[in-house]
Amino acid sequence: MALDKNAPETRSFKVVGSRPLRPDGIDKVTGRARFGADMSAPGMLIGHILRSPHAHARIRAIDTSKAEALAGVKAVVTRADFAAAPEGMEDVLDNCMAGEKALYDGHAVAAIAATSAAIARQAAKLIEVDYEVLPHVTDVDAAMAPGAPALHDGRSDETVPDGYSANVMSRVEYGHGDIEAGLAKADRVLERSYKTAATHQGYIEPHACLATMGPDGQADLWCCTQGHYMVRNTCAALLGMDQGQLRVTASEIGGGFGGKTTVFIEPVALALARKAGRPVKIVMDRTEVLRATGPTASSSIDVRIGMTKDGRITAADAELRYQGGAYPGSPVGMGSMSAFAPYDLENVRTIGYDVVTNRPKQAAYRAPGAPMAAFAVESAIDELAKGFGLDPLDVRLKNAAREGTRSSYGPTFPAIGLEATLRAAKDHPHWSAPLGPNQGRGVACGFWFNFGGDTCVTLNVTPDGTVTVTEGNPDIGGSRASMSMMAAEELGIPYEKVRTVIADTGALGQNEVTDGSRVTFAVGLATIEAARAAKREMCARVAKIWGIDEEAVIWEDGAAKPAGPNAGDYPPMTLAEIAAIASNTGGPIAGHHEVNAEGAGVSFATHIADTEVDPDTGATRIVRYTVIQDAGKAVHPAYVEGQFQGGAVQGIGWALNEEYIYGADGILQNPGFLDYRIPVASDLPMIDTVILEIPNPGHPYGVRGVGETSIVPPLAAVANSVSAATGVRMTDLPMSPPKVLAAVQGQQEG
Amino acid sequence: MKYEAPSTIDDAIALLADAQAAASVLSGGTDLLVRMRADMAAPGAIVDIKRIPALNEITETADGWRIGAAVPSAVMSEHDGLARDWPGVVEAAALIGSTQVQGRATLAGNLCNASPAADSVPAMVAASAKVEIAGPGGTRTVPVEEIPTGPGKTSLAAGEFVTAILLPKRAALSGDAYLRFIPRTEMDIAVAGCGIALSLDDTGTCQSARVALGAVGPTVILAADAASALIGTKLDDAALEALAAACSAAATPIDDKRGTAAYRKHVIGVLAKRAAKIAYARAGETA
Repeated sequence: MALDKNAPETRSFKVVGSRPLRPDGIDKVTGRARFGADMSAPGMLIGHILRSPHAHARIRAIDTSKAEALAGVKAVVTRADFAAAPEGMEDVLDNCMAGEKALYDGHAVAAIAATSAAIARQAAKLIEVDYEVLPHVTDVDAAMAPGAPALHDGRSDETVPDGYSANVMSRVEYGHGDIEAGLAKADRVLERSYKTAATHQGYIEPHACLATMGPDGQADLWCCTQGHYMVRNTCAALLGMDQGQLRVTASEIGGGFGGKTTVFIEPVALALARKAGRPVKIVMDRTEVLRATGPTASSSIDVRIGMTKDGRITAADAELRYQGGAYPGSPVGMGSMSAFAPYDLENVRTIGYDVVTNRPKQAAYRAPGAPMAAFAVESAIDELAKGFGLDPLDVRLKNAAREGTRSSYGPTFPAIGLEATLRAAKDHPHWSAPLGPNQGRGVACGFWFNFGGDTCVTLNVTPDGTVTVTEGNPDIGGSRASMSMMAAEELGIPYEKVRTVIADTGALGQNEVTDGSRVTFAVGLATIEAARAAKREMCARVAKIWGIDEEAVIWEDGAAKPAGPNAGDYPPMTLAEIAAIASNTGGPIAGHHEVNAEGAGVSFATHIADTEVDPDTGATRIVRYTVIQDAGKAVHPAYVEGQFQGGAVQGIGWALNEEYIYGADGILQNPGFLDYRIPVASDLPMIDTVILEIPNPGHPYGVRGVGETSIVPPLAAVANSVSAATGVRMTDLPMSPPKVLAAVQGQQEG
Repeated sequence: MKYEAPSTIDDAIALLADAQAAASVLSGGTDLLVRMRADMAAPGAIVDIKRIPALNEITETADGWRIGAAVPSAVMSEHDGLARDWPGVVEAAALIGSTQVQGRATLAGNLCNASPAADSVPAMVAASAKVEIAGPGGTRTVPVEEIPTGPGKTSLAAGEFVTAILLPKRAALSGDAYLRFIPRTEMDIAVAGCGIALSLDDTGTCQSARVALGAVGPTVILAADAASALIGTKLDDAALEALAAACSAAATPIDDKRGTAAYRKHVIGVLAKRAAKIAYARAGETA
């Protein structure tokens, strides 16, 4: 669809922009909500997965006979129970069940279905795996060096230049202009290297599913996922089934943040159910979640930026190296595209390398690839601004991308909100508030693309005049409320008269997963269009009743009214009145819309962070934090604020304490929430939020996705703040207390 | 696996002494149940001691305080008399786990789990606490620091279990404190922890002191040189620096995922200085 087709409406909204109670609230606080592990079936078995204790090992043989002989064991599967994966899905299958090699600590090598969890665990100990332990590598720079232990041979693509190990899978490059010529015009060229650790999404609910499959091949799967259509398509491919024979129902979801946009246990549960002939439930524990699901990439980044003494960036160049675990597909491409996206640059270049290591295959994590890139770039800009004695917000304003700017990754921006967030930051009382001893203030910007994609919505009008919106995207951020609000707005009925349900895969056509901050935008757009279709149908029914042309009936304030030459001839008919006699006017009333939604507007944010560093222990406390972000149009502002706060908090954790720690043996040292430290509530102040609304021309109400941009600035905002508090530039995340103390002590000695 | 909930100490001893049963003591269960869930412990039987009435009481005795082995730390926090006399011990117990965990976790369990990082142990050692042990050979009483012998290991004999923690009477002009360092603000485990108890004369000069260090060695360390650094001083800056140096010297930490040895050696000194100031202020309040 063309961008100009959906000129944002300037009318005032009645429902959109209000803050109704969330529809899932009571269920979640009373425990009525059914999550993945809450599903059961008659005759159900418990599945358990045996995992590699080695970081890298060839699997010479697996003997499952003793496990199979144990009373209560109903099925054991290994890779031999799966056919060859279709082209392009080999890595997904190999990650769910190892083939020739175990590629990381925790890699699944076999699975058991038994009548109890205790028997399944006991059976796992009876499976004999003959491993040939191989050398391993977990650090991105070490993995790229010639001679590094190779995970795969011959898989590097033609973009990779000579001089790298077989672990470098591909190279990407973006940009325009002449870097060297630009740097030559600078008063100072800063060159700096930065590192970030791998972090996990940290969703509260571990992966869980229940699979059944009859001897006729019809299967059902209940699972906790961000996209049950993706689960259906992937599992059907890996098990050699028709997609139509597998019905997948998404449970209520206890967080995903991108980590539930792929499959781990679902194909295994289906394979066990197929072999056992009984339903099989698999529930991961926290250790499995950390060892064997998808954290995001760790990164190593070099930045060169040239700046004039009045703060103009003359050239910007970065090389980004991301390891995405044992298979290709790290988000280095999106990191490379987003790194300099906030700026209007004459000369800009990013080069990205996708690298494999002996770690779990990365999965999407909220704005995949962007936070690390923003950490490097926003730290460098901060250091240059401070060096020239310039206000870091002024420097960013001087270089800010605006409508018409050719972005660093190619497209020319339409109306965007970066400049507005920067000006709002300057005007915010936080920016000029006094700081105490050992405190510092940091600022950083962030960008995210946002996404649309395949979407189906059906809107049904019930005989009593209420409305059900049926959509296919698990609600991870308040989308049921948002859809109900947009349907109510469009139909002119109260929010309470609309209920939105997430349907199973049998109910609708293909739906892209809940990712890319796409749902409020794309499903919202489809919901509005479905409501418009229902309104057209209702106007047609009323035209028939009144005996006038369809064009002479308009929809206003929740009712059909005669218009034009017939204006005032008939009393308006409300939605409820039309619904009550629908059977006599042609049958049930519904509207639906199917679309590959385009026009998701990009989103920008500016964050301000104040920290206090204890100079004796290196401990950092977040004193004050403010998020300023463009939402296009905030449908339900409380949810928007929640997205702003949630992203900021995850970014703060990434900046301060979260990291995957591997021992010299390649084994994950901290597979639990005790030593994988996400922030707890008492670690944080209330995160202040400012919602700006620069309408997205691609959406009928001007909506932009808001879910991901908020995690992009915090790494740099916190690092810039800690650097200001300590006087030492911090370039290596996380800024855990030992690292900060060492930096502070090093400065005192120096 | 069998679950037993005896109502007398003698019944508990009999169950624990049965070698065939391979029994574990269950008090709050905040360590045992977690280890079982993680496949790190598989006892043949669990002996729940919470049904033994005497083990659920905090009583003031002629010698001080008796805290039953099944008393959860949340109950200690709400006990005004105990919190007034031994604020450092009570605060240490209130740092264990989360609010929910503190509704179950006990001092005795924290001690017998024998983690080098146990928060309540340095506080108890500084406070000169003793443990009352029941076993097939009768009852005995030993200082707290004699219980842990290494990570996960204790000096308890087969069939023995801790029935109570005994704290002395709080002397006039005395006070205690415990501080730990964690990267977060709660729900964490000590990277280093320091308990200090001291007493003053009426001029404010330190007369006696005990300094106990946690998470900087395989077991709790009673640092005599650190105590000496305080005795005879009014905790002036020089005394505090000497205290910090003595603590750093006494510490024998390791590098691990929670911190480097060098970091722990430094931070234990920082904690000692801060804890000493709190204990000193508390001692002054009782004048």
